[in-house]
Amino acid sequence: MSGDVKAGYMRPLDLRHGRVELTHGSGGRAMVQLIRELFARHLDNAHLAQGNDGAVLPPAGGRLVTATDAHVVSPLFFPGGDIGRLAVNGTVNDVAVMGATPLYLTAAFILEEGFPLADLDRIAASMAEAARAAGVAVVAGDTKVVERGKGDGVFIATTGVGVLPDGLRLSGDAARPGDALLLSGPIGEHGMAILSQREGLGFDSPVASDTAALNGLTAAMLASAAELRLMRDPTRGGLAATLNEIAQASGVGILIDEAAIPVRPEVAAGCELLGLDPLNLACEGRLIAVCAAADAPRLLAAMRAHPLGAQAAVIGRVVEDARRFVQMRTRLGGVRMVDWLAGEALPRIC
Amino acid sequence: MNYIDEFRDGALAQGLARAIAAEARAQREYHFMEFCGGHTHAIARYGVPGLLPPNVRMIHGPGCPVCVLPVGRIDQAIRLALEEKVTLCTYADTMRVPASAGLTLQRARARGADVRMIYAVSDALALARAQPERQVVLFAIGFETTTPPTAVAVLRAQAEGLKNFSVLCCHVLTPPAMQAILAAPQVHLDGFVGPAHVSTVIGTRPYEPFAREQGKPVVIAGFEPLDVMQAILMLIRQVNAGRAEVENEYTRAVSREGNRKAQALMAEVFERRDSFEWRGLGELPASALRLRAPYAAFDAERRFGLTYQGVPDHKACECAAILRGVKRPADCKLFGTVCTPDTPMGACMVSSEGACAAYYSYGRHQAAEGRR
Repeated sequence: MSGDVKAGYMRPLDLRHGRVELTHGSGGRAMVQLIRELFARHLDNAHLAQGNDGAVLPPAGGRLVTATDAHVVSPLFFPGGDIGRLAVNGTVNDVAVMGATPLYLTAAFILEEGFPLADLDRIAASMAEAARAAGVAVVAGDTKVVERGKGDGVFIATTGVGVLPDGLRLSGDAARPGDALLLSGPIGEHGMAILSQREGLGFDSPVASDTAALNGLTAAMLASAAELRLMRDPTRGGLAATLNEIAQASGVGILIDEAAIPVRPEVAAGCELLGLDPLNLACEGRLIAVCAAADAPRLLAAMRAHPLGAQAAVIGRVVEDARRFVQMRTRLGGVRMVDWLAGEALPRIC
Repeated sequence: MNYIDEFRDGALAQGLARAIAAEARAQREYHFMEFCGGHTHAIARYGVPGLLPPNVRMIHGPGCPVCVLPVGRIDQAIRLALEEKVTLCTYADTMRVPASAGLTLQRARARGADVRMIYAVSDALALARAQPERQVVLFAIGFETTTPPTAVAVLRAQAEGLKNFSVLCCHVLTPPAMQAILAAPQVHLDGFVGPAHVSTVIGTRPYEPFAREQGKPVVIAGFEPLDVMQAILMLIRQVNAGRAEVENEYTRAVSREGNRKAQALMAEVFERRDSFEWRGLGELPASALRLRAPYAAFDAERRFGLTYQGVPDHKACECAAILRGVKRPADCKLFGTVCTPDTPMGACMVSSEGACAAYYSYGRHQAAEGRR
């Protein structure tokens, strides 16, 4: 009889065998349940707990920096990380390399009908762990569900907000001839980790993604008081794309030294096998910095003192060049251009 | 990396550069063609031109599999994918080669064609096994390096009785192309840096007529930059001594007789076509392969009744002259303007082994410095 019915009772989500259903995105009780039992359970903080449509944030005490990034990685889980960790670190890094201290993130999830809730739970847990490690809170979010076949499991878009110290101006157009170019660590690990997992490659690699939040490293670099012009994280397109962006924006040339660029042997070997160039492979936990040449030793020391910069190196310098070319002195002693990659990173056939 | 770093050693390269500079005679020019795209790529990627004296000039040859593939052959592949609705398997670089009507295999895929990028012939066989209701066609391109695997795929398909697998065979042969280049009137060459991987299969013997009968030195070289520099030094020594021989710099992988097992596989499955169109070199007799009669059932041209229709290149495109070594990439009006690696007009701009793409991506800085 009616006396046995518990008001407001809902069977808990089946996080072991359950799957995402269209109702999880339709604004009803199922959606509220998904948010409460899955997302809010992991990403728990006072802003989310209020359950409002937006988060009210206190004054941050400076200019705000914001950045947004959509994540569509395949596979969703890869050696060294997953899409959740990547979605946090990617946006934290975009804010951090502007010189700002990242404070808050928002996250939007586009889920495909049928996606296992167990996988979503792992992804949310991983996001929470990455956010804690980076010292940021996920303060607002959104969930949408698309029909089966119209997504690829899960897409995550994140937006970050950080606060910029007074007087600091870092910008891609600030590189000047004579400046030094520094790199925080070995390149290409995220790109190689993903490639090795792609179907059809039949390629086993011990390489793990380098995904990491860089705000601790950037804070240490800023604290060194070196005269920084800019920082960038070389993600898609790799070091080659990032250097070309800087050369274009600053109206300068860049000359790098191949022998100075750290590349792990596993990454170099994978590139040999697949006919790829490590300069074109994505990093998710590295940054490059341009600073006044005289300050390079000080900045390098600050980077090397941080765990994420232990293998930092000065890899080149900014030069005058109206053509805005990025060039590289090869190990062999010759000089060649370093260009943007055209199309995808496709293996050569023979 | 073991066995790699040794062949890219900067100190050794400087030593070779000094030897080349010392032995190249200042009063003459040396024009050498590296036949293979693999060499073109190595030369550009490691900045080898900057280590050579100005009178030693490297001319990029036609040994880039996708560069020599004529538009008509890409059209055939696109037709199979779009009209016959087959699953078309291709090696990566081929995806972006411009074909007729503004299409590429990549654009055909965007229009709904089932085009798969594969890394090995076994991927194509696996697709055929996995979807018996669909026709699976391997777009088989390349020189003698990629031909033996295609032979293996055909033999395996026959042994397994795979009814839905066939091969659009566009395999081409190296020696006839070298012969065609030597026969072209405008091309002056003092010698060849001979193929690396191709020679592991065919050996060094097939190059002997070029030395013996046509007086052109050939030095077979590996694909590492020090291999190429060593080969250039060996060529200069031959030229200076008035010798014309086939020498083998790549002894760690190449013998005079080559890989006899691979040769036997090719001979079993393939026969020479009477003639085949090459981009840049035109119709060359006995220069390409097709499946022998006992394997006709696996020949996509026969299975789908394909006819070949040659298509002229864009009028301003200089790929033909560049592939013959008559012109350099920067001599082409389209180079770097409407034709770039992002929007290639000609095939030489598609593959990273193509002369134009290698020059655009790695070598443009030399133009303003007055170098090659």
